[in-house]
This record gives sequence, C-alpha cells and structure tokens, in this order.
Amino acid sequence: MRFLMKTKYYQDIRLFKYRSTFFWYLALVVGCFALPSLLDDYLISQMTFICMYAVAAVGLMLLTGYTGQVSMGHAAFFAIGSYTSAILTAHGVPFLAALPMAGIFAGMVGVFIGRPILHLTGLYLAIATMGFAFIVDEGLVRWESLTKGNMGYYLKPPNIGPLVFDTEIRFYYLAFVVLILTLLAARNILRAPLGRAMIAIRDSEVASEAIGINLARFKTMAFAISAFFTGIAGCLYAHKVLFINPESYTIFLSVELLAMVIIGGLGSLHGAVFGAAFFIFLPQLIIMTKDYLPVYLQKQTGLEPALFGLLIVLVMLFEPLGIYGRWLKTKFYFEMFPLYKKDSFKREKKYQKAERH
Amino acid sequence: MNEFIQTILSGISIGCVYGLVALGFVLIFKATEVINFAQGELLMLGAFLCYTLITFLNFPYWAALLVTIILMGLFGLVLERTVLRSLVGEPVYAIVIVTIGISFFLRSAVSMIPGWGTDTYGFQTPFTEQYVRTGQLVLSWEQLSVIMIAAILIVILFSFFRYTRVGTAMRATSQNQLAAVYMGISVTRVFSLTWTIAAVLGGIGGILLAPITFVHMNMGFIGLKAFPAAVLGGFRSLPGAIVGGLIIGITESLAGFYLPKGWKDVAAWIILIGVLMIRPQGLFGIQEKKKV
Repeated sequence: MRFLMKTKYYQDIRLFKYRSTFFWYLALVVGCFALPSLLDDYLISQMTFICMYAVAAVGLMLLTGYTGQVSMGHAAFFAIGSYTSAILTAHGVPFLAALPMAGIFAGMVGVFIGRPILHLTGLYLAIATMGFAFIVDEGLVRWESLTKGNMGYYLKPPNIGPLVFDTEIRFYYLAFVVLILTLLAARNILRAPLGRAMIAIRDSEVASEAIGINLARFKTMAFAISAFFTGIAGCLYAHKVLFINPESYTIFLSVELLAMVIIGGLGSLHGAVFGAAFFIFLPQLIIMTKDYLPVYLQKQTGLEPALFGLLIVLVMLFEPLGIYGRWLKTKFYFEMFPLYKKDSFKREKKYQKAERH
Repeated sequence: MNEFIQTILSGISIGCVYGLVALGFVLIFKATEVINFAQGELLMLGAFLCYTLITFLNFPYWAALLVTIILMGLFGLVLERTVLRSLVGEPVYAIVIVTIGISFFLRSAVSMIPGWGTDTYGFQTPFTEQYVRTGQLVLSWEQLSVIMIAAILIVILFSFFRYTRVGTAMRATSQNQLAAVYMGISVTRVFSLTWTIAAVLGGIGGILLAPITFVHMNMGFIGLKAFPAAVLGGFRSLPGAIVGGLIIGITESLAGFYLPKGWKDVAAWIILIGVLMIRPQGLFGIQEKKKV
C-alpha cells in the first residue's frame, strides 16, 4: 500500500497516478512492439484484431461505461467507418486521410441521430439505437450503387506514402499505434471537463443538470466521440479483412461490442482492452482444447459458440464486475497481503426498493 | 380489398406471436428488472420439443402442446434456480450479459442434439391445409388458430394476475420488492414463477409460430421483433406488449405487401423510433419521475 501526498489539485487529474505507473505502461508498450518477433503470422493477426476491437470497445466504453448510455447499435458506426474509408480509398483518397474521415463521418452521423434520440433513457435508448443499426444494415444492402449491396466491396491494402501495410506485422503495428493514440485520447478526454461531465451524467442526471451541465449537449458529444472511435475501428477492420459486405455488421456485432465492455469491466479503459482480448482469445482457446473432447462433440459445428456462451455465463456468474473488477481484487489482495478480507468487495444481496410504477 | 383483409389477418396472427414473446420480456423485466435476451431461444426450444413429441413420439397435437408447456415450465424453473438465482442483487447489466450467453448456448446446443441439428423441420397440426370461406374471403385455419389460442392465453394470464393470490403477489413484487418482502411475499419464489411463466409463453409462441415459419435453430431471432413490440407498448405494461406486437405484426405485413423489397424488415423499427421520439416512454408506459 502506497500513500501519495497530494499538494496540488492537478495531482488528482494527472495522466499517471504514480511515476512508476508510467514506466510500467512504457514497458508494456515496448513489449507489445517486440512481441511480433516471437509469434507466427496467425497469432499476430489475432493481436491485430484485439487492437481494432479494443479501439471500438474504448468508443463504446466512453458512452456506456462513462456516460451511462447503453447503445446496442454500434455496429452501425462500425459499418459506416468501414464503408466510408472503403469508398474514399477506392476514389483515390490516401489512407492517412481516409482513416480520420471515416471516424469524423461516423461521429457526424452520431450527432445527427444522437440529437433526437438521446432524451430516451436506458432500455428505450438501447432499443432505439438497435433500430438505427437495423436501418443502416438494410440501407447497406439496398443502396447498391454506393455500397455494391450483398456483393460486397473489395479493398486494397492501405499505404502511407511508399509504406504498404500488406504483411501481418506491418498491419499489427498500424493497429497498435492507432490503439495507443485512442487510449491516450480517451484518457485525456476523461480528465478534461468533458469527461468529468460525462461521469457526472452517469452518476446522476438530475444532480449534474443542477450543477450546470447541459445534458443534451454533453450526451450528444459523448455519443459523437463514441461513434468517432468506433468508425476508426471500422475503417481499420475494412482494411484488414480487405473484403466487406453487410453480413459483417449485424446486430451480433453490436451485442458483441456491448458484451466486450461489460465483461471487460464497465467504467475503465483497461476493461475495454481486456474485453476485446477476451472475445478474440477465448474462441482460440476453445479450438485448442477441442482435441481433448469426445469425437462426437469434436465434429459438431455448434460446439464453439455453445462453449463460448457457457463461458460467458460462467465468467459473469463468478465475476459480475468483469475482468477489470477481478484484476482490482487481485491487486488489492497483494497490496493488503496478510490482511486481505474476502468480504471487502462483497455486495449485499438486496431487494430493490426503487420507486417503481 | 380481400387482399388487404388477408394481409391484415396474417399481420394479426404473426403479431399475436410477437405479443406472446413480448409478454415474456415484459413479465421478466417487471419482476426482476432484467431484459431476457434468451426469450427468443426459449421459443425455439419449445418449437423443437413439440416437433420431437409429434414426429418421433407420435403424440397428438394437443397432448404435445400440453407436454411442451410442462417441459418448458420445468426448464424455466431450472434455469432460474441454477443460473439466475445467484445473480439476484448483482448489477443488472451483468445479468443481461448472462442471458445473452444463455441464448448463444441454447442456439448452438440445439444444433448438437441428435435428430434436431441445423435443418428446417415442419409438423402437422389439426389446422394445416384447412380453410374457411366467407364470400370472396379465404381464411386459413392456421392463422385463425394462432389468433384464438393467443387470445385464450391472454385471457387466462390476465385473470391469473387479477384474481389469484399468486398473481397479486407477483404484481406487488413488480411494484416494490422491498415492500413485498415486508408483506411476507417470497420474492425469490416469485422470481422462479416469473421465469417459469416466461418460458411457457416462449414455448407456446414457438408452437404457434412453427406452422408459419417452420422449426429451425434460428427461429429465435423472432425475439428481435418482439423487442420493439415490448418497447412500443411501454415495456412495463402487459396489454401494451400485446398491442405493440399487433402493431409491429400488421405494419410488417402491410409493408411486405405494398412497399418495395427491404422495407418489410425496417418498417417496424421506423415506426418504433418514430413513436419513441414523440412518446419516450412507449404507448402504455408511465413516465418515471426520478428522484435525486
């Protein structure tokens, strides 16, 4: 246990709590840069997917984990990002310009639809965004002159100047750099007035309105920023898989993104990354353990999704606060070492007494 | 004109199924504040059970219906007791993710059971290929039977909530759990009963839907249509769920008939978003006043 003497208000919002934290993160980044030399192409490609899903999950985390607005339609922004950059690069716009433009366009759509539906709360907002995602998905199928419909859209590997990202390692570095920039941006948003307003809205809308936070404005901004990051992730995804069609952007992607942030642990950027890693690595683990199962089960195509569903249930049963919650508990255990009490994090099982109608 | 009436009728019959599934959503939400994403999969399970009973075990239709209801009720009970009971008091979003996991699991598990698999099946009902003629109008018994069974079920359900002690206890729990505990109601038992009823509703929905869309592992996706139905009705109101289901069903049916391809799937969502913009709490919902 370490105690920090705070002498300035700034210390409350600085980027790294302790100086050592900074060096640990630096070591992690260096480690991630060195990692590809140890892995084969397949694993590197999985790491790339973690990076890009983590970008989208950070976007959703800002909205759901920090502003408290549940969206079940983020697949739509993912799709908008993908198609924007696909169409732009097909018309000769360089990738370095198409990447931010994909995000900005997704963000603009976010503002456009966020404005009218953000006065909805909780469940109603989730369903309205889900409806928006369905409409976008159907639009992608039907607007064939622009999106080529179900035929799908082929892309070329992206390039920045003479540097072409056509190998797994190069693309991994691209996705990793984007992830780091995203995390830094998100961290800075969260310690700025905007981010603190978002957290206030999550904790109590009435109270935050009373201290002068313009609800509509900040909610729309959170929605736009969230859509921006998801659009960026969509752009990366499109240039990674090099073939996109509306099939990739169904409701399942939205649900998966939402499950990512919840399983990772709501209200932490770590959680977004953990959630993305969980969702990419778990199917791999399941495939690896498949050899040890009876032959009848091995042949079933439904085995992987079934085990996946089962594991999600088990993870949430044993750790409802998500992976980051478990991480905090583990850390707390070592910090407190001989004095750790199991009940420190125990929640009281209580009946709801909310004033409900 | 005949076409119009027939389109409306098929809309009403599919709307009744949406309504029944939506009722399952609403019941669970009212009692436990949880959105059950596995409701559609319960429907699929019911349809598969009924198919097995009729095709492999040669049950007559009505007996199969009854046995499926009992099996689904047991399934709901076991599901609540083994998985969801231990999550009472945990954050709601964690429980929602658990139901998503359950839906993944059920959908894939069905494809692994011998005799079920990923194919599409159908079964004979007493209403197959039966028609009623009134003047120019030809109505199929399949659709009429769906509407009638749904109507009977709704009447039973409403009188259950209105007149029985258990129904009253369930209503009390949905209003205020703490007060219900003080009044001596066993809230956990109410939760069990809620999941049981919801599973039964899902199962019956599946049996009714089977002649219309056939039995296959993805028929649970209809839950995604029942969702807007429940929200349209206000998500806390039982009549609202039925009305919402009917609105979605009829809209879809009309859009499929009169509008170009593609509108059928989107029409329900457009209506939903439109309604929510005017009435954020749904048609029958009550605006909640938040306290600080």
